Amino acid sequence: MQIKIISYQEALRHFCDGMTLMIAGFMANGSSELLIDAILEKGICDYTIICNDTAMPGFGISRLIDSKRVKKIITSHIGMNPETGRQMSAGELEVELVPQGTLAERIRCGGHGLGGVLTPTGLGTHVAEGKRILEVEGKEYLLETPLRADVAILHGTRIDSFGNVYYAGTTRNFNPLMAMAADLVLATAEEVVEIGTLEPECIMTSGIFVDYIVKGDS
Amino acid sequence: MDPKEIIARRAAEELSDGNVVNLGIGVPTMVANYIPSGIHIILQSENGIMGMDKMADESHRDPHIVNAGGTNVTVKNYACYFDSATSFGIIRGGHLDQTMLGALEVDEEGSLASHIIPKKMIPGMGGAMDLVVGAKRVVVVMTHTAKGDAPKILKRCRLPLTAYRKVDRIITELAVFDVTPGGLLLKEKRKGLQLEEIRNKTEANFTVAVDLKEFGEVQEG
Repeated sequence: MQIKIISYQEALRHFCDGMTLMIAGFMANGSSELLIDAILEKGICDYTIICNDTAMPGFGISRLIDSKRVKKIITSHIGMNPETGRQMSAGELEVELVPQGTLAERIRCGGHGLGGVLTPTGLGTHVAEGKRILEVEGKEYLLETPLRADVAILHGTRIDSFGNVYYAGTTRNFNPLMAMAADLVLATAEEVVEIGTLEPECIMTSGIFVDYIVKGDS
Repeated sequence: MDPKEIIARRAAEELSDGNVVNLGIGVPTMVANYIPSGIHIILQSENGIMGMDKMADESHRDPHIVNAGGTNVTVKNYACYFDSATSFGIIRGGHLDQTMLGALEVDEEGSLASHIIPKKMIPGMGGAMDLVVGAKRVVVVMTHTAKGDAPKILKRCRLPLTAYRKVDRIITELAVFDVTPGGLLLKEKRKGLQLEEIRNKTEANFTVAVDLKEFGEVQEG
């Protein structure tokens, strides 16, 4: 079996200008700080990030926002990071706000081969503008379309060398969804263990979704 | 007493034993501090917890476990974790008995605005839009007025809506309203308060329940 472990330096080549990235995590909990370092070191620009939130200053995705190289973010919440709001108001950063449950479902659709999801969330609000409303069994729903990315970045608590991932506590969040919705998936973890170490029942992302495990220091 | 504490104490009385509840950030989070003895509720956190307990002190801090505000928390011994799609399946799928959240504006039709002040404050809706659509009961807990006594309970919301016609009950430090098909119904008023003061601080029309009750303690000053 192909060994998937690559170095931090090798990971840099997977990032390029104009790409679309999914970055898992919730308020930086379950986000790969190492791969965020890699994006910053490569210095790519004009890219799009799909993520739950832009974290708080100094952590996770906020470090990418601070670099002022991001073109657009598709996200549910930016309220804990004033810099995101500032760039948005100044017209420096395009922000598409998506209800959190809709964001999760759009990513799930992207990875599950679905053409979209019908949700009541956002009906009667600005979220519904320009979207199709469908009636099913007498109830109205918004049609929300799938999201996919060029590269998804995951962060596990333990990963085995096949790429199977276990996420402790609340670090799971968007990780398993994004693992299935990108053309290339890079993962880091607190600990890389031998194949067979993780109980199959405890694996939350199958190794078949992970293209490369990134190890080492920035 | 601090208005926020009055609100949180009154809101805690809404909870029944065994309720599965999501509490928003701010005053709603404070509600958990005043739950009557003998009542146990199951707290859901939209970042992926069923069975959240409380803020973690230093000795119980596990960096893997945070609430939706990113603060370290502890969990109950029956807790479980899940991914964000499952979390919002729980929320949207009608598996929450109640959600309590703050708002900037609420109106006579039960619509609320809580996530955008154009050109001023744009935090995003986070999980709020899904919570108010999916929970079996939506309770808005907020101060009665904004700075300068500006009414927050309006005929129609002026800010961009977070949800259209989803609120069941509004609890402030002055009043408890139910949203009914006939408009707002004042169910309770703060002890010792004149109805006139509530009218002055409420833009929305409301009717007064025939069995109007009082809550809290007499306002100081």
